[in-house]
Amino acid sequence: MSSNGKNTSPLGLRVAAIGGLLFLHLPLAFIFLYAFTTEEKSFAFPPPGLTTKWFGVAWSSRPDIWPPLYLSLQVAAIATILALIFGTLAAAALSRTKFFGRESISLLFVLPIALPGIITGIALRSAFDIMSIPFSVWTIILGHATFCIVVVYNNAVARFRRLSGNLVEASMDLGADGFQTFRHIILPQIGTALLAGGMLAFALSFDEVIVTTFTAGQQTTLPIWMLSELIRPRQRPVTNVVAVFVFLVTLLPILAAYYLTREGEHTGGSSK
Amino acid sequence: MTMAAAERPRGIGGAISDIFFARPQLLTLLLLMPPLLWIGVVYVGSLFALLLQSFYSLDDFSGLVVHQFTLATYQQLFEGSNVQIILRTVVMAALVTVVSAFIAFPIAYYAARYARGWMKALFYLAVMMPLWSSYLVKVYAWKLILAKEGVITWFANALHMGWLLDGVLGLPIVGGPSLSFSYVGTFLVFVYIWLPYMILPTQAALERVPANFIEASADLGADPGQTFRTVIFPLALPGIVAGSIFTFSLTLGDYIIPQIVGNSRLMIGQAVYTLQGTAGNIPLAAAFTVVPMVIMAFYLWMAKRMGAFDVL
Repeated sequence: MSSNGKNTSPLGLRVAAIGGLLFLHLPLAFIFLYAFTTEEKSFAFPPPGLTTKWFGVAWSSRPDIWPPLYLSLQVAAIATILALIFGTLAAAALSRTKFFGRESISLLFVLPIALPGIITGIALRSAFDIMSIPFSVWTIILGHATFCIVVVYNNAVARFRRLSGNLVEASMDLGADGFQTFRHIILPQIGTALLAGGMLAFALSFDEVIVTTFTAGQQTTLPIWMLSELIRPRQRPVTNVVAVFVFLVTLLPILAAYYLTREGEHTGGSSK
Repeated sequence: MTMAAAERPRGIGGAISDIFFARPQLLTLLLLMPPLLWIGVVYVGSLFALLLQSFYSLDDFSGLVVHQFTLATYQQLFEGSNVQIILRTVVMAALVTVVSAFIAFPIAYYAARYARGWMKALFYLAVMMPLWSSYLVKVYAWKLILAKEGVITWFANALHMGWLLDGVLGLPIVGGPSLSFSYVGTFLVFVYIWLPYMILPTQAALERVPANFIEASADLGADPGQTFRTVIFPLALPGIVAGSIFTFSLTLGDYIIPQIVGNSRLMIGQAVYTLQGTAGNIPLAAAFTVVPMVIMAFYLWMAKRMGAFDVL
């Protein structure tokens, strides 16, 4: 009887689960739909007509979109690199030995995402104030890297835990030094986890707005541009075109990260 | 073989590795130092700087910050409108957490217990994608769905349920001129945005419930309802608590969602934002941020006691 119950789910459960997933996905479809609407001044539904002209408008007659885009890409790239370095170091250190205070330190590393973003933002801002650091690209990067480190750390620490100690010992026994072991044994095994963590960090930074409003000063990243368009709309469909673009730019790294860590998930499942 | 390897000349790299091999703690320390300095000094340092500011006060006449230790700023937190802001935010965060737990559970349960193969991958992706995809784009999507001329109004009228929508909007406190200017709207968007954070840990906890526990429960005569209440739910609870850390904390500190979808009554995040920006009252803004920090510290302590960190 229990084996029967295992394969067929109760109808109510199925409806609730599928309904929940629809709730998660349908809203995004409207972003795409409204990028094609002919109605410029309101969010009238259904759209009175469909057009592709807004993509052209966003591309050629809205120069205010490009500088924020470049700034966002620059910030995301540098923050990701910093996060990869620091996040991996932290994961390597905390997964290899047990020592006094390890628990508290690992809690410390998740703090930047456990606390609301506004706290990170205003804390950094008041620190810049106190030390009279003027706002620049680097103040934005500093804020972004702080929570990107957490993302890389989380990805890397999970992989380090699965890393077999035997392989490392075997490598050492066969005469490899620590650096060779890292290069030939450890790196190939953690590589995909790092790449996945880096992609998620990039997506997170490219899209971040809460911390950025506090650390950017007068600079405008793409999310800040979008926020100002949301509060004071000019051409609503153009904002939709940019929204579609931002959505795709963050989606691709997420899918890639999933693809890269997928194998690990499967081995994790099969060992159960 | 080990002997032969040990006798081989190995250069500086080898010498350094020998030192690390002899003193593994040294390597750990070296690895840990840079990230620890970053998080420990830059991040925690900034948090302390913020904490420090909250013990200063704002001179009412000059509008300048008085750099002198005082508790007066904290006293202001307990004055009428500020208490209201705090209560409003905490109630919102609690409601969002409870409702997301209810919506998340069936999804997590189905994904953990019934989905297999490609279905499982689909469920995982279907939760991961909204979790990581652009926060602002998601909020924006709701702005146009909830607008007075938008999707929900159209569907309500098409289904001849316009009266229901008007009824909800006519309610005191939670209603408003349209969904995008009401608490109902703010609440919906919060639930939508943070829902994936609730699903994933709940699913992780459910996946760890051993199948033979459930069989044993059935063999011992429990009906499915009893099995759920006495076996599955208690074992899933740490996951739900872990998810609630995110939904609760993220709602406490958010100021974008209530600003874009909501009425003019402030939540903690908006209060902090306006106080530090236009009002220039950094001390009070800092004191306000201490509220979610204290609430979250307490919450995390409770969660740790319930074993929520093991599922993260």
